[in-house]
Amino acid sequence: MAVQTELLKAIPYFTGLNPEELDSIKELIFEKEVERGEVILLEDEPADALYFVTSGAVKVFKTSSDGKEQILSFILPGESFNDVPVFDSGTNIASAQAVGPVVLYGIRKNDLEVILKNHPKVSLNVSRVLSQQIRGLVSLVEDLSFRHVIARVAKILLEYASDGTGPKPRLTHQEMAAMAGTAREMIGRSLKSLEDEGAIRLHRHRIVITDKEALREIAET
Amino acid sequence: MADSPVIEREKCDGCGLCIDVCHCNILVLVDNVITVIEEKKCVSCNRWCAQCEMICPTGAITIPFDVVIEER
Repeated sequence: MAVQTELLKAIPYFTGLNPEELDSIKELIFEKEVERGEVILLEDEPADALYFVTSGAVKVFKTSSDGKEQILSFILPGESFNDVPVFDSGTNIASAQAVGPVVLYGIRKNDLEVILKNHPKVSLNVSRVLSQQIRGLVSLVEDLSFRHVIARVAKILLEYASDGTGPKPRLTHQEMAAMAGTAREMIGRSLKSLEDEGAIRLHRHRIVITDKEALREIAET
Repeated sequence: MADSPVIEREKCDGCGLCIDVCHCNILVLVDNVITVIEEKKCVSCNRWCAQCEMICPTGAITIPFDVVIEER
């Protein structure tokens, strides 16, 4: 399918651009369809492009030498990944895998340089996007350094609760463990504790947040 | 939407640990690969215990949860 201007408009990199500018940028963007579970990027491999998710969700993660996974973030529609190596000419800083069927828009490094030269607004937008990514990573460092596992799990649940604004990925214990930087077993225990405290209820394939305020208080401890 | 554990057949090494921990007795080995025999029974306790996912050494079984906020 051809790259759509409407989808480009929803990407923060291209906020504030007029239709003519979007049309000229569209020429430099390619579409890529990815199947569930497919690895899109491997950490430490050479980087050739940055990607925007236009539908589905992508997991961005690091893997330790003994195979443990630390999820850095889930990338949702409109958001980008692999920005850093495209700007600093280094290798991929993390791996990326499709959570379900995913459609991506990609820009190759050389084409991005052309866009930045011709459209100064994009540079300002990129600064904002990268600043937000730094905030997210600082928040992750804070969580891993200072929060107890139960508080981390509570924070993850609040972050991934569907609030009607768009699709959120479904989470497995494995993924929650990788996000919280803990073992899978700890997730089961943490969910049980949160249920005992009345903050959530486990019901079939749902984790139902029954007391959002209580969960928020636990997340902030 | 899945209503039972999601099994990635190629990752399963047929160790059978998940069968041992399953409270609902819905897992069996077929051709040395784990298989769900009765999807509905998985939620007989009305909650996915996720013991099979937790014990699986190869990550072949996952139990994906939606996180939702209860409407009042």
